[in-house]
Amino acid sequence: MAIALKVNGARHSVDVPPDTPLLWVIRDVVGLHGTKYGCGIAVCGACTVHVDGQAVRSCVTAVGDVGDAEVVTIEGLHPTGDHPVQRAWRDANVPQCGFCQTGQIMQAAAFVATTRNPTDQQVSEAMSGNICRCGCYQRIHAAVKAAGTGA
Amino acid sequence: MVATTTTTMRPLIENVSRRGFLAGASAATGLVLALQLVPLRGALAAAAPYATGATEMPHGAVNDPHVFVSIDPDGTVTIVRHRSEMGTGASTGLPMVLADEMEADWSRVRLVQAPGDEPRYGNQDTDGSRSMRHFIQPMRQCGAAMRQMLEAAAAKQWGVPAGEVEAVNHEVVHKASGRKLGYGDLATTAMAEPVPPLEQLRLKEAAAFRYMGKGNVPMYDLHDITTGKAVYGQDVALPGMRFAVVARPPVVGGKVKSFDPAEALKVPGVEKVLEIPGSAPPAKFAPLGGVAVVAANTWAAIKGREALKIEWDDGPNASYDSAAFKAQMLETARKPGKVVRNEGDAEAALASAAKVVTAEYYQPHIAHAPMEPPVATAVVGGGKCEVWAPVQSPYGTREDLAKFTGLPMEAVRVNVTLLGGGFGRKSKCDYALEAAFLSKELGGTPVKVTWTREDDIQSGFFHTTSVERLDAGLDAGGKVVAWRHRSVAPTIMSTFMPDPKLQAAFELGMGLQDVPFAIPNLRCENGEAQAHARIGWFRSVSNIPHVFAMQSFASELAHAAGRDPKDFLLELIGPARKIDTKAAGFVDEYWNYGDPYETYPIDTGRLAHVVGLAAEGIGWGREMPKGRGLGIAVHRSFLAYIATAVEVEIGADGRLSVPRVDTAVDCGFPVNPERIRSQMEGAAVMGMSLAMFGEVSFKNGRAEQANYDTYEVARIDGSPLEVHTHIVPHGYDVPAGGVGEPGLPPFAPALCNAIFAATGKRVRDLPISKHDLRAA
Ligand code: FES
Ligand code: FES
Repeated sequence: MAIALKVNGARHSVDVPPDTPLLWVIRDVVGLHGTKYGCGIAVCGACTVHVDGQAVRSCVTAVGDVGDAEVVTIEGLHPTGDHPVQRAWRDANVPQCGFCQTGQIMQAAAFVATTRNPTDQQVSEAMSGNICRCGCYQRIHAAVKAAGTGA
Repeated sequence: MVATTTTTMRPLIENVSRRGFLAGASAATGLVLALQLVPLRGALAAAAPYATGATEMPHGAVNDPHVFVSIDPDGTVTIVRHRSEMGTGASTGLPMVLADEMEADWSRVRLVQAPGDEPRYGNQDTDGSRSMRHFIQPMRQCGAAMRQMLEAAAAKQWGVPAGEVEAVNHEVVHKASGRKLGYGDLATTAMAEPVPPLEQLRLKEAAAFRYMGKGNVPMYDLHDITTGKAVYGQDVALPGMRFAVVARPPVVGGKVKSFDPAEALKVPGVEKVLEIPGSAPPAKFAPLGGVAVVAANTWAAIKGREALKIEWDDGPNASYDSAAFKAQMLETARKPGKVVRNEGDAEAALASAAKVVTAEYYQPHIAHAPMEPPVATAVVGGGKCEVWAPVQSPYGTREDLAKFTGLPMEAVRVNVTLLGGGFGRKSKCDYALEAAFLSKELGGTPVKVTWTREDDIQSGFFHTTSVERLDAGLDAGGKVVAWRHRSVAPTIMSTFMPDPKLQAAFELGMGLQDVPFAIPNLRCENGEAQAHARIGWFRSVSNIPHVFAMQSFASELAHAAGRDPKDFLLELIGPARKIDTKAAGFVDEYWNYGDPYETYPIDTGRLAHVVGLAAEGIGWGREMPKGRGLGIAVHRSFLAYIATAVEVEIGADGRLSVPRVDTAVDCGFPVNPERIRSQMEGAAVMGMSLAMFGEVSFKNGRAEQANYDTYEVARIDGSPLEVHTHIVPHGYDVPAGGVGEPGLPPFAPALCNAIFAATGKRVRDLPISKHDLRAA
């Protein structure tokens, strides 16, 4: 049975079992690849997307549970890629390999939307579910702070 | 040394030599193609060429502008990046050097990724921290040649002597007449100019550098990465592509006894189940074998794999047990091993020393766990093989694919995607071979093989495990008069040849033999060990265990002598000198990371200098509150000198945090200081991961960890967030060294030295997380 899904404002009808993780639907069925697989068990954050504005781990979110909620992936975060978090990321030259960064950015974008002028501790807590194996944490921290602090 | 020239051994040697491990061996195996323009002494250049190991690598280096540069009539300059990008910035850095030298405006430069084609581009193995150090000269020569061709074309068009025109920022200018021609205007004519021979190249003066040494060029892929457009191996999508995961033998050397696909085939989306044959070790990068599930999407394949029923024959490594193996290595380390360096008489000096200090250190296996697990997409059919994959060695991958598929090299193409991390794992192309096998079996259907994180952590090429035993003799005045270091660890060569038990020259030369201390009696030994898992190189390789031991022990000796660890370390390093390896008792020739020793000698002056910088940065000697401590360590690896000073805080609950790290790096000419900083910051985090948590342990031949929950890595809330990088300024005249790897080795010993300073507890068995750090 086909499942209706709204991703970045576009409607999709996907023919997968409802327990299929949103991650694999986004990647393999819808065909958007900015959302990454890193662990599959909600411990790395590479697959982070927004569901109704909340950062969620799409690898453990069943597509059947999404309903008519708005799913936003990195591709839909900002039409020209100029979300304040994306800009802060570029200003700080955050990425090394870059693979974790879309998940980091989605996590950070949801965080700064609700927490203005975060403390160092708040930033670390908010980002602690996102692994960066290259170790860009110093710059991630600085970029989140910058994005969360600016007007 | 393992080099033999028997015909059976030859492919192994050739392949290991891809990493330049066997200095000098490549010439004997006929792998080296000459440079198209050979660096000559006495060229009329602002900077004299110097010899590097680039020519020793398979297919050497190429500096021909026709290979690397093309110009569009609209002025867009396209530069080929021939190295892989895995986060070090090398694939931006080399084109940046070329662009600078050709006076191209970076904002009008476009980069394209080269496929695996070394006869055309020169060596493409992105490993060994040598992209910049081997290619800065060829890229400068290439850029200078292109600039001079543009100038010659403009001069011709204006009918003026070439000496009157000058290329400046994407255009050629005739000062006398004020005329200008943009690079786009010269696109066709410049390319028709002859490539000037090397002796006629005019390299830029350093004062004219736009980008080199400046750190003003961001990664080329920065915008794509932050918008999700960057294409990694995981993101390859071809029409009609199928998705596969593979159930591999849980024990290396094991194989499928029998399997039942029935339940798997019932999973919605699963289309096919088929066996992949394995090869008995040593199998280089051949697939482990197993059972593949092919499906309409990755998730269906994963579910299908869960439903498979497989009976395994575990084979000879079924009893591999890390605890037992550690005990065995300890026993070996307590007996004499093969002597690999012998200076003075360490045995006699130990026997007559006023005080003898002994310590044994343990390094478990570790897994690379790059953020993007191995993945590859292949189309094999109609006498052709095409692969898209995140690989560090695209040409080596192509060679292996050709052998594996039985197709000629010309019929095999390897397209390089961005790499979501590599750290040495993606130099080993088993995942690409798996994809090729499956596509071939499916009659040319495109197949993407995805490794799950569990696959990655349990079935990779592990960093070796080791025991390092050190004994030192101190005289009555606390001076070290004897040093003996015994290293026991399965060798990487076990992946390439049957049952080697000793470390190869490249392993011995990473922090064992090359201990840089001025101690009159110094002996290094290597005890035998056998591999029971696939062993491979991991960022900074054998330096990890060797330097953990060497630099921890230096601090332990300072304590035994009642001295300040930093002062004592400097005293051990001794006077500024270039170590004469013969006189220092190196038994075999020192491999020196495959580069000529004359260009890159071990310079203890540079080593001591970075110690001073790191110490100064962190405020060495300052009063520390209770529970805090400072530690320091230094090492030269990959031809760069790096000292790391760590401040640690241990809470009353034993929780460890690192408020500050100072890293001093002397990597010769710092070509891209911005990426050097990011590599040092990343090394502090990865160093933290390895020291705190890094362990893959085996029980009944099986890895006990599986995902980031059991194989933990450092997270933002447990990582050093204040990392200060101090880069020693040098001009182009000090040859560039490596950057990607050498930041890692000093971190763990510096951290453990700091823990000792804070708590009096000495961690010799990694990982740290197994220890109770609470105040006694
Ligand atoms: S892939 Fe979802 S959290 Fe790691
Ligand atoms: S940038 Fe490589 S994993 Fe984060």
